[in-house]
Amino acid sequence: MTPVLQIHGVDVSFGHGPRRKDVLHGIDLALPRGRTLGLVGESGSGKSTLAKVVVGLVRASSGQVSLDGTDVTRLRSRADLFALRRRVQLVPQDPYASLNPRMTVGETIAEAIDPRRGGAARHRAAVAERLAQVALGADAADRYPHEFSGGQRQRIAIARALAVEPDLVIADEVTSALDCSVQAEVLNLLAALRRDLGLTMLFISHDLAVVRHVSDDVAVMHHGRIVESGTAQAVFDTPREAYTQLLLASVPGRRRDAA
Amino acid sequence: MALANHPSAAAPGGAAAGPPAPPGTAGAPTAPGGLRGVLASPWLVFAMRRLGGVALVLTVLVTLTFAIVQLMPGDPARVAAGNNATPEQLTQMRHDLGLDKSVAAQFGDYVAGLFRGDLGHSFQTEEKVSDIITDRLPYTAELALLGVAVVLVVGVPLGMAIAVACRDGRRRRLDGGFTLATGLVGSTPEYVLGTLLVLVIGIQLEWLPVAGAATPSALVLPVVAISLGPVCTIARIVRRETSVVLAQDYLRTARGRRLPARRLYLRHALPNLLTSTLTLAGLLLAGLLGGTVVIESVFAWPGLGTRVVEAITLRDLPVIQGVVLVLGVLACLLNLLIDIVLGLLDPRTLSGKAAS
Amino acid sequence: MTATNLLPRNRRPADGPSPGSARTKRRRRPGLMLTLGLTGLGLLVVLAVVAPWIWGDRAEELGPSVHLGSSGEHWLGTDALGRDIFARTMVATRLTLELSALATLIASTVGITLGTLIWVSGPRIRAVGLRVIDVMISYPAVILALAIAAILDPGPKACVIAIGAAGSPSFARLTANLAASVAGRDFVGSARLLGVGPLRLMRRHILPNIAEPLLVLLSVSYAHTLMALSGLSFLGLGVQLPDYDWGQLLAGGLQSLYTNPVEAVGPAVAIVLAGLSASFVGDGLAAAANRSRRADAPAKATKPAEANAAAAVGTAPAVPDDAVLVVDDLRVLRKDGTALVDGVSFHIGAAEIVGVVGESGSGKSLTAMAAARLLPGGLHATARTAELRHPDSAALDLVAPGAENAETRRRLAVEIGIVYQDPSASFNPALKLGGQLTETLRVHLKASRREAREQAIEQLDFVRLTDPASRLRQYPHELSGGMRQRAMIAAALLTRPRLIIADEPTTALDVTVQAEVLRLLRAANERDGTAMLFISHDIAVVGDLCDRVLVMYAGRLVEELTAEDVREGRARHPYTQALLAATPRLDTAAAAPAESAGGPEASAGEPASAEPVRTLAAIPGRPPQPDERPPGCAFAPRCPQVLAACHDTPPPVHSPAPGLSVLCHLEQAGARTGETGTDKPLEAAR
Repeated sequence: MTPVLQIHGVDVSFGHGPRRKDVLHGIDLALPRGRTLGLVGESGSGKSTLAKVVVGLVRASSGQVSLDGTDVTRLRSRADLFALRRRVQLVPQDPYASLNPRMTVGETIAEAIDPRRGGAARHRAAVAERLAQVALGADAADRYPHEFSGGQRQRIAIARALAVEPDLVIADEVTSALDCSVQAEVLNLLAALRRDLGLTMLFISHDLAVVRHVSDDVAVMHHGRIVESGTAQAVFDTPREAYTQLLLASVPGRRRDAA
Repeated sequence: MALANHPSAAAPGGAAAGPPAPPGTAGAPTAPGGLRGVLASPWLVFAMRRLGGVALVLTVLVTLTFAIVQLMPGDPARVAAGNNATPEQLTQMRHDLGLDKSVAAQFGDYVAGLFRGDLGHSFQTEEKVSDIITDRLPYTAELALLGVAVVLVVGVPLGMAIAVACRDGRRRRLDGGFTLATGLVGSTPEYVLGTLLVLVIGIQLEWLPVAGAATPSALVLPVVAISLGPVCTIARIVRRETSVVLAQDYLRTARGRRLPARRLYLRHALPNLLTSTLTLAGLLLAGLLGGTVVIESVFAWPGLGTRVVEAITLRDLPVIQGVVLVLGVLACLLNLLIDIVLGLLDPRTLSGKAAS
Repeated sequence: MTATNLLPRNRRPADGPSPGSARTKRRRRPGLMLTLGLTGLGLLVVLAVVAPWIWGDRAEELGPSVHLGSSGEHWLGTDALGRDIFARTMVATRLTLELSALATLIASTVGITLGTLIWVSGPRIRAVGLRVIDVMISYPAVILALAIAAILDPGPKACVIAIGAAGSPSFARLTANLAASVAGRDFVGSARLLGVGPLRLMRRHILPNIAEPLLVLLSVSYAHTLMALSGLSFLGLGVQLPDYDWGQLLAGGLQSLYTNPVEAVGPAVAIVLAGLSASFVGDGLAAAANRSRRADAPAKATKPAEANAAAAVGTAPAVPDDAVLVVDDLRVLRKDGTALVDGVSFHIGAAEIVGVVGESGSGKSLTAMAAARLLPGGLHATARTAELRHPDSAALDLVAPGAENAETRRRLAVEIGIVYQDPSASFNPALKLGGQLTETLRVHLKASRREAREQAIEQLDFVRLTDPASRLRQYPHELSGGMRQRAMIAAALLTRPRLIIADEPTTALDVTVQAEVLRLLRAANERDGTAMLFISHDIAVVGDLCDRVLVMYAGRLVEELTAEDVREGRARHPYTQALLAATPRLDTAAAAPAESAGGPEASAGEPASAEPVRTLAAIPGRPPQPDERPPGCAFAPRCPQVLAACHDTPPPVHSPAPGLSVLCHLEQAGARTGETGTDKPLEAAR
């Protein structure tokens, strides 16, 4: 069975000539269906750029990104790209910026269901179903984003991503703007969705504890490279690379036996 | 992370907004400075950028002024020779003006003339246009520069003082009065202000001369007339920007050092204020140059403005070309001046647009 | 924002719940300026329509008396041909407004189209386009108008085109900039990923979000256009006789200014009023937009002091003699009396690190800023005691109202060092590091430039910044976020303060940098014996660094416990317990049932449901707003172990040892097993 997402030898660089800056070097990743891959790294490690490569917002200078065996870096036609975009959905970090303040929640989700002619009235039932999936009532559809708390907004963003029924969901720092108790709410929702829907997810975060909580497999990024990958247990309990060890040793709240 | 924020993942160090910081700075353990530092000096980058801008403006100006002749309906030669000219005179005039050549050749002649400082002769008075400009430019420049000085010297402190006095919602009455008064004066055009000044101070009170440029005191009313509006506008901008700056984290840091008020506002707030203020002021001051042109008519000021209006009414093409060109260059230089001042005050602006 | 390497977490919203929750329905008052401006414009439009019918004949009527002053018959006098100026001013309204509207229309249409085109085209064209527009924008409109008037013959057509053309760059720039900023927002990116086409994107996502500022510019631009057009007419380049607008009338009035000044008054006033109305509309719109963006302050005032009086009673905790900071019953109040921090008491002993942890809106930062005497404007603090103690001199009152004298300011600056949350925003971007670091030494300790420099270098060395001497000549933006925060710590240490207040100093930092900064803070504490108040939202960080931890919820202190208790998860208050249970931990995750064995390849086909789902404890609901805090325990509505007494009666303080306490009814109710408390004999809950 081919993995949902297969990344092979992807390089990305920005700029030209002396200002050229290599951001990703030879990234290899495989994400099988139904599993969650946690991508950890510090700021500037290239994890968000990798997410953008997968959704097609950033073009790889070399290498392949395959979705279900189709190399998406070769896609040129508008229709193909459109189809690709619908198969991969991204849940952005900041729930305060990711929802259009001038559209009701219903309109936002209806647009995800049908980006061309979507309307809140036309897709009323479908919208309610999506909202129920993230434990929100149907009455939420008529309200505007500012009426919701950060955690609720993040759930709406997740509902929007799921409305497309994507093969792959990319969660980019989805909990880092949230308070601890709200973060737990969103993480629990993601866990439930993984269990119930068999979600395939690329979970990006700088917070190792959160990644450990969510992921089956983990890849550690540093300076645009993947320095270590494996099952969450293997990477977190028996890290092989010095950088991973440093990263883990820096996490607060561990019992200090080494220090 | 915002989707359009490409370099976010790429910047390992704390590079400034805009183009990458010069080498030897962000995160690098090596000492900055040295030969490489000089070569990568932000001033050099700045000079290149600005030279490009100046060249662009000059090109546009030269093309535009040249186009005045080309686009004008009717025959420039007829305008030059007068309505009663015979066909022979017209042909002769056309030849004298070079109108019988191709457009490209005419443009070449025009540009070559510019390099020699030859802007042609007035159709009306036969004077050399360059002489007209050397005669009158000092008057206009005097007015404009004094206006600029007054605007900055009065407007910036006024705005700051109001912002400091009304910080955190204090003295709401003063704030309201300030907004109303500056709004009123700011939306009064300079020619109306000039007219009112002439009326009240010149004619009713007879304190100051109202026309001509014979004595230094004759400068007072025109300068007041052109600067009063921009003073109000600048003061409002400064007031707004100051309250933004006062709310910044770094000002809290400075407050945490319990600095004396003067040091807090002058050393910590002012430089940050000037960047945004002067960027906007640049636009305002260019407008002030336009105001000068208009105000000269009110006060019968012997500057470029009165001359060009006269020339337009009489369709005196070479004079129009020359004056529009010179005024344009003046506006461009004024902007350059402001950018240099900005660069001195806040080196971050050199590398590009300041974070606004 | 100057730095691009900030971690996302520093963008945590200041307040937990959404700023405009359903409860606070915004009342959209249009504002005085907007009302005035709209009324003015409305009247002018009516005038423009009806004036030619009412006064048209009178305006053209040649009278016998020329250059007449103000009289009952001719309010504003008559002109050179004996025509009534008032009537002419009224009639001229229509032409003036029409021409201005036309020119504004040209400017906005051309500008918005141009701006959209610039934004739609690629990044390179965009950069060049914006540059060109910057140049165009700085070019005086009047001079451009002169050139165009010269080409097209003086007249209204030339002027309208010229002013329109001259006004378009500002629309283009605003459109391009706004579109770029809105397009950079996540919701536009999400819509793109959903496959929303460019047209729909523009119509539904971008235009509605940029309409407001464009509308502001439109009205401001209308005012400018009107003035500029009148100015050209005034010069004789605009409207030509026999037509007339206000500018033209003013020019006529100016000619006889010496003999009959009243002639100029009518058109001058008209121009000013029209310009003023339009700019008022612009200002009013801008102000309204600002207002609606700001979180609105609820008007409801409560009397928190009375409600919580019981909790305050008997809270005089045993304070050790060597305490550096002593705070008793601290309140931070808004102007309307709402308490954002409600009766907090604690102390920090010498060389002790005390952490304050809580979620957003818990009042932890305000507590810190109150202790630093640095509350933002509009807030003030009261306390029974809030003082910085010193073995050799009098205690320094931190909540004394009124201005501080020079000695107080000196002591505050020298004895308290502050480390702020966001190192990129807390340094003055326009000043070099050296000046900022040494400022306190030079201003308050009168150190010479050289001494101050040497000490700064020493501290920068201590925080392990490479090449400290040259760092002093650098600007803050030349350092990375982590380096900036280390420099900030160096600045705080420079005066050898007795107390360091660190307000979320690691929130904006990467985890490895955070570990480094925490090490530094601990090293400073060990080297100088500096007491420390450390604020964080991260209970794990606090547990690592501190000796003692205060837990805050909704502006109140709920528990004071040792860091070891935090690390071991031994909390007594249900909120602290919930907070600990909601925090994912590396090692607790390890304790969870083992995952299915095998690498990613081996388990590729396995269904995910085979794996156990670990759940974190989410706390349902959200914290109460400061103005609707319940009279009893603030956590009661969300508490899983809530008792009847919790809702109405403030929880009593249970203090087993100095510096340790729990504010919870459970402690008395005996709901806990195996508790041997040295409880204060307070009333038992029913």
